[in-house]
Amino acid sequence: MADAHPVEPVEFTYVPSREATDLVSLRDRYGLWIDGKFRAPASKRFLTTVNPATEEPLAEVAEGGERDVDRAVRAARRAFETWGRLPGKERAKYLYRIARMLQERAREFAVLETLDGGKPIKEARDVDLPLVAAHFFYYAGWADKLEYAFPGVRPAPLGVAGQIIPWNFPMLMLAWKVAPALAAGNTVVLKPAETTPLTALAFAQLTAEADLPPGVVNIVTGAGETGAALVRHPGVDKIAFTGSTAVGKLIQKAVAGTPKRLTLELGGKAPHVIFEDAPVDQAIEGVINGIFFNQGHVCCAGSRLFVQESIADRFVDKLKRRLSTLRVGDPLDKNTDIGAINSPEQLDKITELVESGIEEGAEIYQPACRLPDRGYFFAPTLFTGVSQSHRIAQEEIFGPVLSIMTFRTPDEAVEKANNTPYGLSAGVWTTKGSRILWMADRLKAGVVWANTYNKFDPASPFGGYQESGFGREGGRHGLLPYLEGVPR
Amino acid sequence: MSTPAPLTLPVLGTHVTPQALNAYLEATPPVDEVAVHERVASLATRSIKRESKLHALELAVRMTDLTTLEGKDTPGKVRQLASKARRPDPTDPSIPPVAALCIYPAMVPVAAEALRGSGVAVAAVATYFPSGQAPLEVKLADTRAALAAGADEIDMVIDRGAFLAGDYMKVYEEIVAVREACGSAHLKVILETGELVTFDNVRKASMLAMAAGADFIKTSTGKVGPAATRPVTLVMLEAIRDFAELTGIGVGMKPAGGIRTAKDAIRYLVLVYETLGTAWMTPDRFRFGASSLLNDLLMQIRWVRTGAYQSPDYFTKD
Repeated sequence: MADAHPVEPVEFTYVPSREATDLVSLRDRYGLWIDGKFRAPASKRFLTTVNPATEEPLAEVAEGGERDVDRAVRAARRAFETWGRLPGKERAKYLYRIARMLQERAREFAVLETLDGGKPIKEARDVDLPLVAAHFFYYAGWADKLEYAFPGVRPAPLGVAGQIIPWNFPMLMLAWKVAPALAAGNTVVLKPAETTPLTALAFAQLTAEADLPPGVVNIVTGAGETGAALVRHPGVDKIAFTGSTAVGKLIQKAVAGTPKRLTLELGGKAPHVIFEDAPVDQAIEGVINGIFFNQGHVCCAGSRLFVQESIADRFVDKLKRRLSTLRVGDPLDKNTDIGAINSPEQLDKITELVESGIEEGAEIYQPACRLPDRGYFFAPTLFTGVSQSHRIAQEEIFGPVLSIMTFRTPDEAVEKANNTPYGLSAGVWTTKGSRILWMADRLKAGVVWANTYNKFDPASPFGGYQESGFGREGGRHGLLPYLEGVPR
Repeated sequence: MSTPAPLTLPVLGTHVTPQALNAYLEATPPVDEVAVHERVASLATRSIKRESKLHALELAVRMTDLTTLEGKDTPGKVRQLASKARRPDPTDPSIPPVAALCIYPAMVPVAAEALRGSGVAVAAVATYFPSGQAPLEVKLADTRAALAAGADEIDMVIDRGAFLAGDYMKVYEEIVAVREACGSAHLKVILETGELVTFDNVRKASMLAMAAGADFIKTSTGKVGPAATRPVTLVMLEAIRDFAELTGIGVGMKPAGGIRTAKDAIRYLVLVYETLGTAWMTPDRFRFGASSLLNDLLMQIRWVRTGAYQSPDYFTKD
């Protein structure tokens, strides 16, 4: 009988399963995408973009200066004369075509996103790129229905949109910005983040292959100065920015007193509230996904966990156990759960804040996990014994670091959850439907997820309260910032 | 598993009252169905290649309870299957035997004879399988007969009617009684999750069966659809994890019915590994109840080793 020979368990391992990179072809050096072509920057300056998982340079990209931004805005203005007058159903055809091409080339874009940004390939492949295509499909559908979107008015495009996007979801943020702008009849000048410009440049080439008229989409790479030049440019009708609250404030000052429209999608310090009647094992997955998705480089990351005190010890034990099964390492490995931190600057910021947490007396927990020797990595981290007054409970860390606090009553959970200058998102786990509604009424957040977290859909508006910004992206609401003549 | 599991458990003590049992079951956390499906879908993207795949496939062979449970089962059929169980691939002696041969009690004498000395266990479904709709004395007699004929393992069914009627005490007492009848024989408790339907029920029934002394909990009889699914298996694995934390007792898991491909089997192994860790990656704690799975495992093993697929004609159908 089998029991006579007890079989010792054997270590079950996943050998590396690396996504192939041969679909991606990179140039050594990229110019600026202006008026349908790559053009050498007048600034004559270039930046090097590196693979954060290996620290190896990937390519040089132009650093657009004042004159380059001006050329791009002029090209967008010229293109607007025809694009803005094109019937919506014609604009829709281009957007549908772009969406289909993005689907066809999703693997290539996903690999490039991972190479340049450090996110795990499984996320780029299963989350980012499917959502990118979905956004283009969704807004393609609106292009010829704008008059039905806002009955009783004849909406008109604004003109040239200046769009500045962050490094955490380079292609997805591009899609959030470009798709509604184009659907509404605007043309765009987009500045990708300095550390993750490559997918935007690949997208530029894709728009040419889709026969999008030159000048409708212009991509000006560069750093903060390039973005500032775009914000200052008098030929821009609208600024859409996603990024840090500090830069958002600078932008708002810069556009004050100008006719430019502005939407800001800024930082967050989202509360994730776990009630004692929550489906515990699924809530654990929700918390893990909430904070470790994309290394925690997520503006809506559930970075403040509030657990009802009656189940806190058990919940934290389960969380620690789950943390030890996370696979940190090579982002190109299909089994990697946590990839590379996007840049050394971000790694320093995370490290500094984690040290402040230890100094201020919170208790740190990190699972035993070996980080790669090269590249920028940070182990998944929990803090228990966190107080509202600790910096790690107040400041956005934008990394794989979770601050855990407890509460006793629903009122206390709401009070603590709302005790932040931010207000982008929140999560609630409970099996009581009535409590979900009660919480959603009271939480000051643009998005409240119930019994799930980090769910995105192009049909659902996204945006924040207070220092998390204003304006909504996604859904019918996402058209509003790009249209004239719509009462708001 | 060489020592018999304790007949009464630290969780409930020696004198179990319906109130104590209810309180214990009420502490079972609720299950969010959507999130379970999501977790399973996410783990299905794990990429198991090369040595890891080969290892997983061989492990799956060793974890297989090769099964035939048909009214038309005959000594001839059972002998053939026993031979397949001992040596799944006659052309390749490196392929290990399966864990057990799972059959009806009437076939136990034949199976015990055919498997003597092989290390392959004889598992008998008992307790008025598959419905369990019979008096307890009948179920116990069925169990004792199977054991007397040489069964090493008993796969019993719970009384789903009693469970759905809320008579948890009846379900519990029956499992305890069968457990006692089993002595040191291995007891697998079939929940028939296809009839319990909700994940909340599945989790509660899992906690109930483990408290009553199950060595293994098992999804299905294979006679009711849906049989084993990965989501239902994950819910049971999470219950096993909670029970191990509560009592220190490591209960095994057996999904049964509907697992036909090696790819699916590997996805089950990933669920087990990521939920319970290395300690459960053994036939002592995880089994597949399957019949056609074995040949697909053999085909895939040959493919990983040689890089070529062979026709199904090269694998014996027993």
